[in-house]
Amino acid sequence: MLVVEQPSDVLRQFSHGDLDAFEILFREHQGEVYGWIVRIVRDPAAAEDLTLETFWRIHRAHARFDPARSFGAWARRIATNVALDYLKSSRPEMDLPDDLVSPALPDPAVTEELRRTTARAFTRLPAKLRIAATLALIEDRPYQEIAEALGISVSAVKVRVFRAVRFLRDELKRQGIEP
Amino acid sequence: MTEREQERMQQLLKRTVRPVADHAYAESRHDLWPGMLRRLEAKPAAVPWFDWVLAGGVAMWLLFSPKAIPLLLYYL
Repeated sequence: MLVVEQPSDVLRQFSHGDLDAFEILFREHQGEVYGWIVRIVRDPAAAEDLTLETFWRIHRAHARFDPARSFGAWARRIATNVALDYLKSSRPEMDLPDDLVSPALPDPAVTEELRRTTARAFTRLPAKLRIAATLALIEDRPYQEIAEALGISVSAVKVRVFRAVRFLRDELKRQGIEP
Repeated sequence: MTEREQERMQQLLKRTVRPVADHAYAESRHDLWPGMLRRLEAKPAAVPWFDWVLAGGVAMWLLFSPKAIPLLLYYL
């Protein structure tokens, strides 16, 4: 993911609460933050709201920002927390938007029923496991990047991915499907 | 669970849930700054009184049952 860094004076002005500096940072990072959130929550409308919530939290926390550090990494960390809060509060069995479910391909190994059951099991994953599984297994993001965004170690990310896969396997088995 | 099983599950997931990077949703086409300005201008919502009561109740509960703290942390 592209990380654009600002001149230090913009970051310093932002940390002092300057609204113009905040707007520069907002416009520069809006796309990156939205892209990160939509990968996690998989709902474009919710992702726009959560992008605003992320920048709202960023604005409130401006005094705690260290201008010597990466704004992009800080923003992504906050965005991840916002997305996690959203997943925790959303209905666990809410279906994925149809256009984010893979189109039916002529793949004899994957039936329509299997795809639907897997998608439903995926939405039942606990939020912390779902984020790790989404970013690592579906979006193919590097473990290091996921670890930084979640504020945990790479090993902890691997454990969450492992637990997510085990959860999905058990859910499918409960439905009588051997993955 | 073996590494092979994990790979198989990953393949199944990828065939089930489309990566956002492949989709037009990967980028927002809207300028969100006007919405941000509206949000900045709005006064922060006041915390309802029952939230304070709830927070006080939880604090009292944890004070008298410190063993419940790990349980609470687990579910947060």
